[in-house]
Amino acid sequence: MADVAAAPPRAQQNWSIGWGDAGPFLALAALVAIGYLVNPDFLSANNIANVVTRSAFIGIIAIGATFVISSGGLDLSVGSMAAFITGVMILFMNTVAPNVGTAAIPLGMAVALVTGIACGLLNGTIVTVGRIEPFIATLGTMGIFRALITYMTDGGTVAIDRSLREAYRPVYFGDVLGVPIPILVSLGVALVAAYVLYRTRYGRRCVAVGANEDVARYSGISVTRVRITAYVIQGACVAIAAICYVPRLGAATPTTGLLWELQVITAVVIGGTALRGGRGRIWGTVAGAVILEFIANLMVLSDVVSEYLVAAVQGVIIIIAMLIQRMSKR
Amino acid sequence: MTGALAHLPAIQGAPILHAERLGKEFGGVTVLSDVTLDIRPGEIHAIIGENGAGKSTLMRLLSGYLRPSEGGMLMDGEPVAFHTPSDAQAAGIALVHQEILLAEALTVTENIFIGREMTRFGRLDERAMREAAAAQLAEIGCKVSPRALVRDISLANRQLVQIAKALLGTHRVVIFDEPTAVLTHDEVDPLLDIIIKLKQRGVAILYISHRLDEVERLADRVTVLRDGRRVGTYDAEGLTPQRMASLMVGREFSSLYPPKLERVPGEPALEIEHAHVPGFVNDVSFTLRKGEILGLAGMIGAGRTELFEGLLGLRAASFGGVRLHGRPVHFHSPADAARAGLGYLTEDRKGKGLLLGERLAPNLTLAALDRVHPFAGLDLAGEARQLDQAVRHYDIRLRSLDAKAGQLSGGNQQKLLLAKVMLNEPSVLVIDEPTRGIDIANKSQIYAFIQSLVREGRSCIVISSEMQELIGLCDRILVMRSGRINGELTGDAMSESNVALYATSSVASEEISKGNAHG
Repeated sequence: MADVAAAPPRAQQNWSIGWGDAGPFLALAALVAIGYLVNPDFLSANNIANVVTRSAFIGIIAIGATFVISSGGLDLSVGSMAAFITGVMILFMNTVAPNVGTAAIPLGMAVALVTGIACGLLNGTIVTVGRIEPFIATLGTMGIFRALITYMTDGGTVAIDRSLREAYRPVYFGDVLGVPIPILVSLGVALVAAYVLYRTRYGRRCVAVGANEDVARYSGISVTRVRITAYVIQGACVAIAAICYVPRLGAATPTTGLLWELQVITAVVIGGTALRGGRGRIWGTVAGAVILEFIANLMVLSDVVSEYLVAAVQGVIIIIAMLIQRMSKR
Repeated sequence: MTGALAHLPAIQGAPILHAERLGKEFGGVTVLSDVTLDIRPGEIHAIIGENGAGKSTLMRLLSGYLRPSEGGMLMDGEPVAFHTPSDAQAAGIALVHQEILLAEALTVTENIFIGREMTRFGRLDERAMREAAAAQLAEIGCKVSPRALVRDISLANRQLVQIAKALLGTHRVVIFDEPTAVLTHDEVDPLLDIIIKLKQRGVAILYISHRLDEVERLADRVTVLRDGRRVGTYDAEGLTPQRMASLMVGREFSSLYPPKLERVPGEPALEIEHAHVPGFVNDVSFTLRKGEILGLAGMIGAGRTELFEGLLGLRAASFGGVRLHGRPVHFHSPADAARAGLGYLTEDRKGKGLLLGERLAPNLTLAALDRVHPFAGLDLAGEARQLDQAVRHYDIRLRSLDAKAGQLSGGNQQKLLLAKVMLNEPSVLVIDEPTRGIDIANKSQIYAFIQSLVREGRSCIVISSEMQELIGLCDRILVMRSGRINGELTGDAMSESNVALYATSSVASEEISKGNAHG
């Protein structure tokens, strides 16, 4: 072994994908096949488009979570944050709509984005500067955001102003060349995210911090900055998801985004990102989000299992995904 | 004293444990083949070999952590097969691991009895366990309290606790896997005494170590492994470390260290004045000159590593002044230091140096991302070229460029780490424990690299607990003790006895100067 080649073997350009990486896509393919067998309607373009569109929100948020988790963090506040951002955005638009008309919509989107980034900054700062476990820190902000949206809506509903509703509708219900806009948005977000995670210095640093904080620190990486940035990316992703979500809901309520954090983390883990950090898989996450929505859809279509058990099945899936990760380590 | 005791005639009994043509394959790769070996009661049988020679695999086979793919084992002449480590334990084979495998949050007693707690009517019998632990610790001369938390005791004591744990059950064969790797010079002797005591009680001991001087002192017989095969088994009598090294490497070895360069001391490269690191370093000042290799000796806990962690902004510290090539500097982070031209190689290459689960290229460029990738987007082709260059220049041996850093041998990991730090082209390099746990061939290469760096006009500080290494490599040695510089040695004064004296005794400097005055 000591005498292995003085001239090292050339690395094959590293495009080969291991079985572990292919897992979520294989699962997705299997699910599609099963879906078709159970109910041929499953594969109708209409149904597929519908399901994928619905998965977009979780998908977009989960892409942000991929950064947080691969950097060794966790964000439980995403569901509440989505509700909070939605509330802020709708209140803002309703307030300015009488004066600026439909220009309220782009302004509202900007406000949503700023709010999301601020929320992420808050989470990141508490975790890094405050040195509080991400689990606890974001459990705290989860409660805060949830309480704020409840307070803002007075426990009820804040609906988007009638004058804006029609103009905003296409953001969720519209399409370009037949592809629903939420799908295009999440595809765009995924493309950018994959570039950032795999092809930029930030991506390298993010994964390094998650893999071993000490190594990162000794290598001259500002762990604090990398971590905060990950939470900010998460905040921005939640905002983008919220922006797409507003037309579908038409209102912000205290139950908006409830338990989304469970689905988001499930999608990320199914996708092959290591929950302990150090490995992020953007496209796996996207596949994970679609898988979750496919399963829910399948349960509705098949009548074999009650759709009330969707969350239970998703819970089972996250456990299975973790077991597979564990076993593929061996 | 230990030296004399070590060569008591071995009891010429029948072997307790006999391994017959043991072999092991992992996924088609043969890592060990055709190793025959016997261990007799009351003998210390050393196993030596370079990293990758198959020592660890052999140990794991003998102690039930792995199952052989070929061959088998006899115990007292009867065939045995161990399916689990506890099978081997039950048969009387105890393994003392190289790494410290203790739960830091638990007490010494809890660690010793973990998994085999004593109970009384179904309740934990804390008192009996504490007493048994105390007895076991006293037996091996370890003075820690059974109630102490493992996280509060020193590394040397943790090693002893680990030994106490291994010796708790029946132990007819005790396997020590590099027990002194984590210990400093002064902590080694008590451990060797324990091993000799065991031997005198008729226990058969298998001793694996990189430190050939220890092997020479302890062993009755020596088995040399190379590339997964047994080169031979030799009587230790008359086997010099030099000869052992040659057998391990398979070629003659003249010297580990490159010849020292004749050089005139250059201008100051790094000046440190009045360094304080609370709890570790107390008013340390020194100057590193250009083109110099300065050694920093001392025991673990003397504050050497902490001094530089303080300098890099990794822990709270204050300095009267720090000048790099005459310019005052103040570093907030390793990044600051790297930009200014100071590189630091951590002593903990697995915990703080490399991302073991990552491939080599990301590891290589991690500390120099801005340099290798001038834009936010990665320049993967440039990175591949850098890796290619590093692999060639530092002679990093690997199976494929897609390998993960954790799959490299210790020596190759260390070379990768060196290449990583050198990507920032530091003018001053601080190397903390440059050769810990790596084999002789790689050691010798790393010494040559260090010297060539200095020949290029860089300056180097080497922190090491291996005195021979400092003496062989350095132009000057500073010895630290309890957070202070306790002595400076140059030229012929750089001897093991002087280093040891300064490292352990506060009055050493006066005694030596007195001795010189009178003599």
